[in-house]
Amino acid sequence: MPRLHRAVRQVLGLILVLAISSFVIFALIEAAPGDAATIMLGMNAAPDTLAALRAELGLDQPFMTRYLGWLTGVLQGNLGNSYIYQTPVADLIGERLKVTVPLAVLATAMSLVIALPLGVWAANRPGGAVDNLASLYSQIGIAVPNFWVGLLLILGVALGLGLFSSGGFPGWGAGFWPAINALILPAVALAIPQSAVLTRVTRSSVIEVVNEDFVRTARAKGLSRARALWRHAVPNALLPIITMLGLQIPFLISGAVLVENVFTLPGLGTLAYQSLSQRDLIVVQNVILLFALIVLVANTVVDALYAVIDPRLKGRL
Amino acid sequence: MPFALRHLAKSVSVAALCAAAPFAALAAGEVTFIQPVEPTGLDPTQDSPVAAGQVTWQNVFEGLVTIDRNAEIQPQLAESWEISEDGLTYTFHLRDGVTYHNGAAFDANVAKFSFDKLLGPDSTNGQKALYAAVTSVDVVDDSTLTMTLSAPNSDLLYWLGFPAAVIVEPTSAATNATAPVGTGPFKVDEWRMGDRVIMSAFDGYWGGRPALDTVTARFIADPQAQVAALRSGQANVIAELGAPELFAQFTSDANFTAHAGAGEMEVVAGMNNARPPFDDARVRQALMMSIDRSALVEVVTSGLGTPIGAHFSPASPFYEDLTGVYTYDPEGAKALLAEAGYGDGFTFTFTVPNRTYAQRSAEIMQAFFQQVGVTANIEIADFPSAWVTQVMTGRDFDMTIIGHAEPLDINIYARHPYYFNYEDANFDATIAAISAATTPEARAEGYQAAQEIIASTVPALFLYSNPKLGVWSAGLEGVWENGPVPSNDMTDVRWAE
Repeated sequence: MPRLHRAVRQVLGLILVLAISSFVIFALIEAAPGDAATIMLGMNAAPDTLAALRAELGLDQPFMTRYLGWLTGVLQGNLGNSYIYQTPVADLIGERLKVTVPLAVLATAMSLVIALPLGVWAANRPGGAVDNLASLYSQIGIAVPNFWVGLLLILGVALGLGLFSSGGFPGWGAGFWPAINALILPAVALAIPQSAVLTRVTRSSVIEVVNEDFVRTARAKGLSRARALWRHAVPNALLPIITMLGLQIPFLISGAVLVENVFTLPGLGTLAYQSLSQRDLIVVQNVILLFALIVLVANTVVDALYAVIDPRLKGRL
Repeated sequence: MPFALRHLAKSVSVAALCAAAPFAALAAGEVTFIQPVEPTGLDPTQDSPVAAGQVTWQNVFEGLVTIDRNAEIQPQLAESWEISEDGLTYTFHLRDGVTYHNGAAFDANVAKFSFDKLLGPDSTNGQKALYAAVTSVDVVDDSTLTMTLSAPNSDLLYWLGFPAAVIVEPTSAATNATAPVGTGPFKVDEWRMGDRVIMSAFDGYWGGRPALDTVTARFIADPQAQVAALRSGQANVIAELGAPELFAQFTSDANFTAHAGAGEMEVVAGMNNARPPFDDARVRQALMMSIDRSALVEVVTSGLGTPIGAHFSPASPFYEDLTGVYTYDPEGAKALLAEAGYGDGFTFTFTVPNRTYAQRSAEIMQAFFQQVGVTANIEIADFPSAWVTQVMTGRDFDMTIIGHAEPLDINIYARHPYYFNYEDANFDATIAAISAATTPEARAEGYQAAQEIIASTVPALFLYSNPKLGVWSAGLEGVWENGPVPSNDMTDVRWAE
């Protein structure tokens, strides 16, 4: 049962990486100065008041006790209570995922809609006008930071043109359109750098495949250039594109931290940033652990997809 | 953006602006205000008193007395009070017919519970020290409460008007941080953490239903984003704009009211008075003389701040202009440094919190210090976490810089320990005399004397008082223009007819 064996090994590896990450995250934040109680009480708090709040929050417990307490909780599905907000961390994260997941999906959809046609078109006639445009687009897109694109979009599109929301999130309770409206510009800000990379990968991958024999055969059998490209070259060029999509998930997450802050979206990125500056240790731990989980799962899924897309790779993995 | 695209964007935006009102304004009866810092909880008796108070103080929670927009003490849940001759007993006559948002009634027993919680050994109220003079709180009858003090404290009434002393009710006290229940004109409907707090008018308010139906507090740290929210109609009030350079665009815009009010935050560069060379008053005085405060104010606050000479802002009734005690005089500073034995200057570490105003000020000061031969090595400390640990509680620093936002906090120089490590028996005696003062005149004189002492001994470099830069939609009335206390009181705010 080599395949089952491999799956078990993969899951065990994933758990090991997560366990190590959890400890590293906990230890690193522990080493930083300041704690939640100090921040909650402000500059004038007396030492005995601080001690009282620390005891109330459980911050006076030793390092390993708190770490193991948290770990046991997580394994039982209990992420603990936020020191600062005094609400279950799972609820906080759940609320924020309702913003970040649609944002990431929207951004990825946008970047695919831009990158696939542009990349394929550019590959169709290398050195042509579209190819030059695509090359210019990907150079600029890769060079500009997404938070800066976000600022430009707020100034130019939201305030200048009065189109779309300039920031904030009305909540899904306000209706589908108002919520989506608030996500459009941040998604564009995330999609531009992402699509720039994808355009480049699509172009080079398609160019590589176009010169393969099977495409030439398809052309020789009378298929038009465009049909040969879309029917035969593109499906075979998907592997590097999907790999790149998987690799970009960490960038999407780190980008979301900045872009969510620029657009004041109450997403997971904003939560991570805020909790870190407020030393809400337990929230930071859980959020970063979730980030680690997403990245690891994405990599595993991409690996699995290889086999589906290219049956030749099945036995080799 | 390439030129052609920019041109297109410009003409489209002009067209959009010509089309009637491109931004949907919020409905009448609703106001959204922006504050930069989200509170860590909504209970001002426990959580970060300034930020929590800015959302819920006056709007949701009320105290025995209150501080009005002119910094004066006014009755609130107490209709009147008497102070005994010796200043040791306060008798409060409480208002009848006050109910909490959860239906519970307010009376003397509730008030006693609230103060016992504040003063008790398990108290997590960060401002507990302000009320330390109170030894017991007793119920005389349902509408009469007495407070007994160990020593007279002329500031006590003022502190009772502060967010930290709001009256909470026993059954809801434990959950006020997330589900606050008060006696105020608005009740909290929802807190979307990381984003906003939504409040609505409380029909049972003893003072009559407020004009606004809904008040929303939104938390936006970045000044650019604050301006974007205001301009796009998603918010109506920026109570305190963080970037003075963005303020000018509103002063000539008919769609907005822009007011540079007097704030309560004094920006001072505290020195470690226990560490050489700052243990020598002449060095501190020389450094004060090396800085041109007007130039600093011009750069850091776009000229909107006010130079100060002691730890009081012009917003305070006790303010005295002491900027003339040490004026800008680099030659005089050099002479004084030479007298103190530092003719060749010295080098020190300037621990600066990562706040824009602090970093900008520090860089300008560094250049001024250079002119008198003193080298400041700037080190940035993450605020609040690292700064509070290292400077505030650890007192491990040479010089730092921070805005002190608490009103009437000149007594920090008499607090031992406090991060300045300042010791001056004369000053301590003056502060003690203020506490013991039994007449308003004696209290005012005491505060003047205290200012004069620190203006001449310079425990910290007194730089400027920060303006409260408020911007709100035209047609909105009743917004506080000055900031004598940290508040976004929406009780009297209304849209003009």
